[in-house]
Amino acid sequence: MTVRAWRGISFAERMATVDFRVGARAHITVDAEICRSCTTTACVTACPADLFAPTADGGILFNYEECFECGTCYMVCNREGAITWTYPDGGQGVVFHHG
Amino acid sequence: MSGATEFDAVVVGAGPAGSAAAIALARAGRSVVLVERGPFPGSKNVYGGVVYGRILDQIVPAWWEEVPVERWIVRRSTMMMTGTQSLSVDYRSQAWADRPYNGMTTVRSRFDRWLAGKATDAGARLVTSTVATGLVRDASGRICGVHTDRGDGDLRARVVVACDGVNSFLAKEAGLLPPAEASHHTLGVKEVLDLPRSVIDERFGLTGDEGTDIEILGCTRGIPGGGFLYTNADTVSVGVVLSLPHLAAAGVRPEELIADLKEHPSIAPYLRGATLREYAAHLIPEGGYDAMPTLATDGMLVAGDAAAMTLAAGIWLEGVNFAIGSGLAAGRAVDRAIGAGDCSAAGLASYRADLEAQFVLADHKRFRRAPSLILSERVQQRYPGFLCDMAEELFTVTNPTPKPGGLRATRIAAARHGVTLRALAADTLRALRVFG
Repeated sequence: MTVRAWRGISFAERMATVDFRVGARAHITVDAEICRSCTTTACVTACPADLFAPTADGGILFNYEECFECGTCYMVCNREGAITWTYPDGGQGVVFHHG
Repeated sequence: MSGATEFDAVVVGAGPAGSAAAIALARAGRSVVLVERGPFPGSKNVYGGVVYGRILDQIVPAWWEEVPVERWIVRRSTMMMTGTQSLSVDYRSQAWADRPYNGMTTVRSRFDRWLAGKATDAGARLVTSTVATGLVRDASGRICGVHTDRGDGDLRARVVVACDGVNSFLAKEAGLLPPAEASHHTLGVKEVLDLPRSVIDERFGLTGDEGTDIEILGCTRGIPGGGFLYTNADTVSVGVVLSLPHLAAAGVRPEELIADLKEHPSIAPYLRGATLREYAAHLIPEGGYDAMPTLATDGMLVAGDAAAMTLAAGIWLEGVNFAIGSGLAAGRAVDRAIGAGDCSAAGLASYRADLEAQFVLADHKRFRRAPSLILSERVQQRYPGFLCDMAEELFTVTNPTPKPGGLRATRIAAARHGVTLRALAADTLRALRVFG
């Protein structure tokens, strides 16, 4: 294996190594109206699970299913109220086996 | 779980701080319920290198005979790197290969479960898959329990011990922690890679249960932080820790920085052929002493990451031991407060005094200026390259040109990295004051 092959792992393959027990309730909500006025979109690059994607109309598309529950998104967000973040319901969400 | 029952204490979070608090309380004969939002203790937890075990002396005599250890650290290395160079301070001691050892690598799903088991052995009641969703207050506004997301709801107790981690919603609700202070936090991202045990032994120079921890400066494209690589039994863990505001401003994806590190010529040979077992991410509270919340309020204490107890002092990067130490102290303080019949902030004040008298707050207070020095621009962006180039000037033999000598090598390297000798002297003095 060449060293370069390290970059060969796709993001989907990377995330497939993580055990997520996905609940029915979204524990992150995003206020698209607030996001439209955001110029930094820090959540898009900083989220280690890559859950946030900018949309053509300037909003943010997100999913909560493969969330590490780290808190990076709301900490780096500079728009008050744009990201509402709680824990998933008990027993759900990420389960680290080798943390 | 009945809303009518009142416990002496409800401890939120079955990580090292919460389990330690529950152990201290249960062993003192107090009724305690330990609430964990994950399906098992450790399922939400990630760490980045080494657990220093001596605080476990206070919990289990000869803990090393039963703790779920991966490897005992005998070699710790601090590596400064540029894209093509590295300079290491590499320390190895066989004294660390025998009882009582110094540091261990472990897996949190096993370590945290083991420690929580000590709490249940002592009589604490562990309730998993349950989120403490908020604080219950009595008519006077005093905290007297937590709401949960279970159907039958609230858990009432004389004292709540909030060990609910770096995002501590309980400490935030109580007004002890700011809602979101990015500058006091780093993001750790980690890959656990499969590698056969014998290959790890050969590549890292290890025998039996010996392990290595390498901490790295200069591998994060100028984003304040660092990298790490450490050995488990038959996996290795590699990752980076990144200042949140700088990560956000840089617009770099965190996994790209791990990929950079893994490709570095000083790191890649260790990892050749290794495959990804699990990817993980977690926040770390790195603000240190000055960023800590008020630790006690009426009816509640805060411990572990929730109280920003992680010590990120450059050459010392510790967290789990501080969590256990603060949890034990919290448990003792709650026991004393209940005994004295005063669970107000004043009645719980012995918690802080206890922490100040031992390593938890003594170390934090002493090294309170370390985080800002370690994360400063020169240390992060200039010194790794400056030190590597100094080594290169000294060790490159350029016959027939005579050797430059130490001072000239320093001048050449310093000039190349925009480091003035005045700044170097100032930082040396500052480091002596910070670490002395």
